[in-house]
Amino acid sequence: MKVLLQNLQIFDPQGIQNEKKDLLLEDGIIVKISDSIPIDSGVEKFDFEGAICSPGFFDMHVHLREPGREDEETVLSGATAAAAGGITEIACMPNTTPTIDNAGMVDFIKQKAKGHLVNVHVIAAATKDRKGEYISPMYELKESGAVGFSDDGVSIKNAFILRKAMEYSKMLELPIIEHCEDESLAGGAMNESEVSTKLGLPPVPSVAEDLIVMRDILMAEYLDASVHIAHISTKNAVEMVRQAKSRGVKVTAEVTPHHFTLTQDSLYSYDTNFKMNPPLRSKEDVAAILEGLKDGTIDVIASDHAPHSPEEKDYEFIYAPNGIIGLETIVGLTLSDLYNKKILSLEKVIEKLVVNPRKILNLPLPKIAEGEKANLSIFNPDLVWTVDANKLKSKSRNTPFDKRIITGKALAAINNGKMFFEDEFISLSA
Amino acid sequence: MPLSSKHLLGLYDTPVEDIRLILDTAKTFREVLERPIKKVPTLQGQTVLNLFFEASTRTKLSFELAEKRLSADVVNFSKSGSSVQKGETFKDTVNNIISMKVDIIVVRHESAGVPQFLTRFTNAKIINAGDGRHEHPTQALLDIYSIEEKIGSVKGKKICIVGDIAHSRVALSNIFALKKLGAEVSVCGPLTMMPVNIEELGVKIYSDINKAIAENDVLNVLRIQLEREAGSSIPDLREYREYFGINAERIEKNNKDILILHPGPINRGVELSSDVADGPYQIILNQVTNGVAVRMAILYLLGTQN
Ligand SMILES: [Zn+2]
Repeated sequence: MKVLLQNLQIFDPQGIQNEKKDLLLEDGIIVKISDSIPIDSGVEKFDFEGAICSPGFFDMHVHLREPGREDEETVLSGATAAAAGGITEIACMPNTTPTIDNAGMVDFIKQKAKGHLVNVHVIAAATKDRKGEYISPMYELKESGAVGFSDDGVSIKNAFILRKAMEYSKMLELPIIEHCEDESLAGGAMNESEVSTKLGLPPVPSVAEDLIVMRDILMAEYLDASVHIAHISTKNAVEMVRQAKSRGVKVTAEVTPHHFTLTQDSLYSYDTNFKMNPPLRSKEDVAAILEGLKDGTIDVIASDHAPHSPEEKDYEFIYAPNGIIGLETIVGLTLSDLYNKKILSLEKVIEKLVVNPRKILNLPLPKIAEGEKANLSIFNPDLVWTVDANKLKSKSRNTPFDKRIITGKALAAINNGKMFFEDEFISLSA
Repeated sequence: MPLSSKHLLGLYDTPVEDIRLILDTAKTFREVLERPIKKVPTLQGQTVLNLFFEASTRTKLSFELAEKRLSADVVNFSKSGSSVQKGETFKDTVNNIISMKVDIIVVRHESAGVPQFLTRFTNAKIINAGDGRHEHPTQALLDIYSIEEKIGSVKGKKICIVGDIAHSRVALSNIFALKKLGAEVSVCGPLTMMPVNIEELGVKIYSDINKAIAENDVLNVLRIQLEREAGSSIPDLREYREYFGINAERIEKNNKDILILHPGPINRGVELSSDVADGPYQIILNQVTNGVAVRMAILYLLGTQN
């Protein structure tokens, strides 16, 4: 089957940049790229005037709830939410029930995702059952397809086991991804600040994150191993990563859209959709994050997509679970709040949503060239739209961005011989 | 003149005019409480639900008395612990109860924000009877009423709140209201019991109890939660008593004009020695009486407005 994608502004970090082209796909393969491709009969055409096309977006921090909480998200519903968000590849976190800490579990996720437009990569637990007692069977996990290791939800429990995990994964050339939060200071419902004082909510201090970021950086430096800091959220953590990078430490960092768009001031509503971990921080932290995004201290934008059922989000604030969904808003928020506000150029946006996640996880970067398999994201940075939580493809509705007006939208995702466009999957193969 | 809001969720958002209106109205009800027949028909036909998700004897009793003296129909619901543990959401629990159509809900809960949350799915008027470590507006109002009854307007008065400020809804509501009324507010206690950025609320911090006694007109002394604090914020109760406890000797040495308040129940021999708890400087039992009058005023003002 032939499909013609017209008038795309191509941005391929490894190839064509900022040129308007037509793309002809046949059975999901890019067969022709040209200024203007005439329409043959039997070719379905899509006019993308005004839109940009890059290699597919990659969200490296996603919580699918399968197995365990399939009522909140399944591998398939999460993958479809990603496609609807313009994303072609995701990496899912291992904090399911049971934990993804053995080859069978990796295989289970892979099987579930088979045949979907979105490639679902698996990050396996760094320690058995994420308990921080024994390192997970990383060799076997790698062989079964795991692309990194994390105890996300918590930090790797102590420095001793962290060291073992870093050394072992260094041998396998896979990254350790750390949720940085000192356990003894954890457990609060919002960022410790004058706002938590006024709201009377149990606070968690930013230093809880900073301490573990420092520990992890020092350990990575000592072992010459690599570490990826998940959802960085504090000013000090950004500064520590910046300094570590300048010393040559193999540290990378990611930030979520909510940590660069929202602050703790949102908590005045006591709306549990603003409860997440790490919590929303201060204006100063957000400013430092924007600076870190600009100067390259922060490598990646990832959603930390964390579905929760409406029942759970209706719990009293201190009991409600942490986390929000984000697969379907990450691209829009990045375009709206970073690209359109001139914090990041298009090139930098592509770096953080396309290039760096794959670099960190050692995965190949798709090319936009004739003969290549089409793995593409198409988006319009100028399109204004309003988020409607009820229309999201995720099984869950817990987003603080409902009703938010966003400038910039993902239009289509293409991968594995399929295209997601205007709310539906279109098969591109014969 | 009506209140500007149909709820009393906290004093942070309550304008000073409303605070004054409540305090003035309370005076009238304080007089009612001195009459041989203490009941007025003001809230006849209205139903008040006391929704207590946290153990409370005094506040609940005080509210119940206030409601009954206003001739309201009173329904009580008490349940401690989280609804979560019972597999039922808070919203379900509450929806069940309020489907009985109540006019006013008095709510206490260990999570901050619950009174505000309730306003989103009921039409009833909500009175916060304490939410987590957030606010306890009726307690602060009765404290202020009691101070003014004794020494006149709090404006310009120096008032210090002593104890575990970080975990105290009484402290926070007092700070918000007293600042609005023009008092000079301070707090005293170990730094481990101070919430971060408390100075930004415009309060001074003392860590020397003798100085706090010497430099203030009023001390509002909070109960030290034995369970919570042993081993975390303070080394032990003995050390707290020795360095932050208030006894007659300290008062006599530093300031014999001091007025002592305590929201109760008192840990005798910890935050207050018995000679102070029963002595001439305190107005603890007046607070209890005034609490009924202040709560009657709030119920009346909210209950009679649309
Ligand atoms: Zn995390």
